[in-house]
Amino acid sequence: MVNLKEIGNKKIRLAPGHRLCPGCGAPIIAKLAMLATDYDIVVADATGCLEVSTTIYPYTAWRVPWIHNAFENAAATMSGVETAYRVLKKKGKIKKDIKFIVFGGDGGTYDIGLQSLSGAVERGHDFLYICYDNEAYMNTGIQRSSATPFGASTTTDPAGRVRPGKQEFRKDLTAIMAAHHLPYVAQASLHNINDFLRKVKTALETKGPTFINVLSPCPLGWKFDPSKTIEISKIAVETCFWPLYEVKNDEWILNYDPGENKKPIIEWIKMQGRYKHLLKPENKWVIEKAQEEIDKRWQWLKKRCGKG
Amino acid sequence: MNKSRLIIRKALSGAHAAAEAMRQINPDVVAVYPITPQTPIAMKFSEFVNDGLVDTEMIRVESEHSAMSACVGSAASGARTMTATSANGLALMTEIVYIAASTRLPIVMNLVNRALSAPINIHCDHSDAMLVRDSGWIMLASENAQDVYENTIMAVRIAEHKDVLLPVMVLQDGFITSHSIETVFTFDDKTVKNFIGEYKPKYNLLDTEHPITIGPLDLFDYYFEHKRQQFLAMENAKRVIKEIFKEFSKLTGKEYDYFEGYKIEDADFIIVTMNSSVGTAKFVADELRSKGIKAGVLKVRVFRPFIPEEIVKKLKNSKVVAVLDRAPSFGSHGGVLFNEVRSAFYEEPEKPRILSYTYGLGGRELSVDMLRKVFDDMQKLNSGKKIDQIQFLGVRD
Repeated sequence: MVNLKEIGNKKIRLAPGHRLCPGCGAPIIAKLAMLATDYDIVVADATGCLEVSTTIYPYTAWRVPWIHNAFENAAATMSGVETAYRVLKKKGKIKKDIKFIVFGGDGGTYDIGLQSLSGAVERGHDFLYICYDNEAYMNTGIQRSSATPFGASTTTDPAGRVRPGKQEFRKDLTAIMAAHHLPYVAQASLHNINDFLRKVKTALETKGPTFINVLSPCPLGWKFDPSKTIEISKIAVETCFWPLYEVKNDEWILNYDPGENKKPIIEWIKMQGRYKHLLKPENKWVIEKAQEEIDKRWQWLKKRCGKG
Repeated sequence: MNKSRLIIRKALSGAHAAAEAMRQINPDVVAVYPITPQTPIAMKFSEFVNDGLVDTEMIRVESEHSAMSACVGSAASGARTMTATSANGLALMTEIVYIAASTRLPIVMNLVNRALSAPINIHCDHSDAMLVRDSGWIMLASENAQDVYENTIMAVRIAEHKDVLLPVMVLQDGFITSHSIETVFTFDDKTVKNFIGEYKPKYNLLDTEHPITIGPLDLFDYYFEHKRQQFLAMENAKRVIKEIFKEFSKLTGKEYDYFEGYKIEDADFIIVTMNSSVGTAKFVADELRSKGIKAGVLKVRVFRPFIPEEIVKKLKNSKVVAVLDRAPSFGSHGGVLFNEVRSAFYEEPEKPRILSYTYGLGGRELSVDMLRKVFDDMQKLNSGKKIDQIQFLGVRD
């Protein structure tokens, strides 16, 4: 059992002094993930906020071996690392047991890196891929990605006079990964740290490719006060915008069901400046349409989890 | 001259010569994706892996981009790593081809030269190699399957040398070399094993006791110095390649050089070319020699690093030089190799006239007649006739 109390005594493997924004979800995710295990870890990181802000030469915040190759190939890179490990271990050149974690943002995972991720997990490499999903290309200045939610304003799909932000629903990457029939896939959120720690530990102790998608609030891109990161993570789950669930060997398990207390999506929307335009009366339909899709996907998920 | 240890006689295509060298090298990791005409390398090597003839773990990736990406991860982890590709595959992985060199990872890649699209064409030219000529890879060219075999083995030592640490590409002509079966003389496995030795990198990603950060963000305050280190590594490679050539000579009884002359000592007219066209040019040079014309051929074995003083040394006593390029360099004055050779002579007080011929695009055959015409042009130019400096060979108007 790994929990918040227990990790308090452990060494944090991502040093302070990195240059990520206050309130950013990414370093919290990286720190917690590495606290969830006592194994030696090697990390691969896709190009993105986490990568550029933690390794500005000649400095590094990483107290574990770390590699960055390019934007779209973190999973492929790790497949090389993990394969090298297996060969060198077989040859007796490495004695230790090492676990491998990949971090990628939604741009590097949902979009440009999807092929590389799909290929790597299909080949069965033994690593955990953690997507820190902040729902847009934040590193390059808040551009739309396939993870950007319906109605949100981004710099490449801004709230305009004739188009009120993104008009497509977000890609369901967690389900896509589950469709690879991996031994372990999960979705997590930062307000429930024990749940996230447990999922990381479970993933790392599962042989083969595993995947965890974590919602990573971005104060700059979502336009909210940096002190609200955890609160906003909680609302995402309570509105069923970001359900907590896991898929173990194709068994879908719902980790949290708000039941009657399921909050309306407006609770999530009104906390963030990227949705500000939706509060105008003429954009009411956008919120309604967003709600409809969230309800539909929630029902679909419940059904998958045997609760429908 | 030493007795050759190339004692095992085999019938191999260029692709299978590469695969056979890879079998004897027995790399830790091979990551590869199929593309014509590289595929026989991947297929033959896969047989070796699945029959347990090598200890290699193979990563059968979903694209060339991932092939080179996996190679970067593997090589950074301290594993001896190889791959192979052609044309569009190389174009797709080009982003990572640069990263591999700039991260100073000694990956060895067989490049089976094929024309770049469009239009799509599976046959030989060198447009793929020329695409990455500035990427920081060492590039060894191969006249035939024998060269492919020997270059691939030497490439491992050159790449992994502590003063170099750069990836090496071994070129061979698609189909012409890769799919033609020739007699190839190979070493026994032990000779190769002893020659390449064990790969012991100074740093590796899997050393969790000594964590390192590979691939950081590097801005205007350090990037340029790191590029300078790459320039220095290429400079060092010039010396190291020569050393490895000498050491390898002891095993083969042959001599190796950056540029290898054929009947050039007293030659008035010399064709400079690389890969399989060297053989055709030698045939025509012999023919002209029998008629009393002093013809010769200069084969490029090392295209990167390109060493001007070495090529000047070989060509300076000739009257006319014709440089053959099997890749288009749109908008430039003649081919890439032509420009390298011509530029090498700029500071020389005495220099031959130099002509550029672009030939063989998309696998168009380079005939003996075409090369007869090239030698004819050289003689005409020498006797005062006007000859266009930049020409195509074998293309319809």
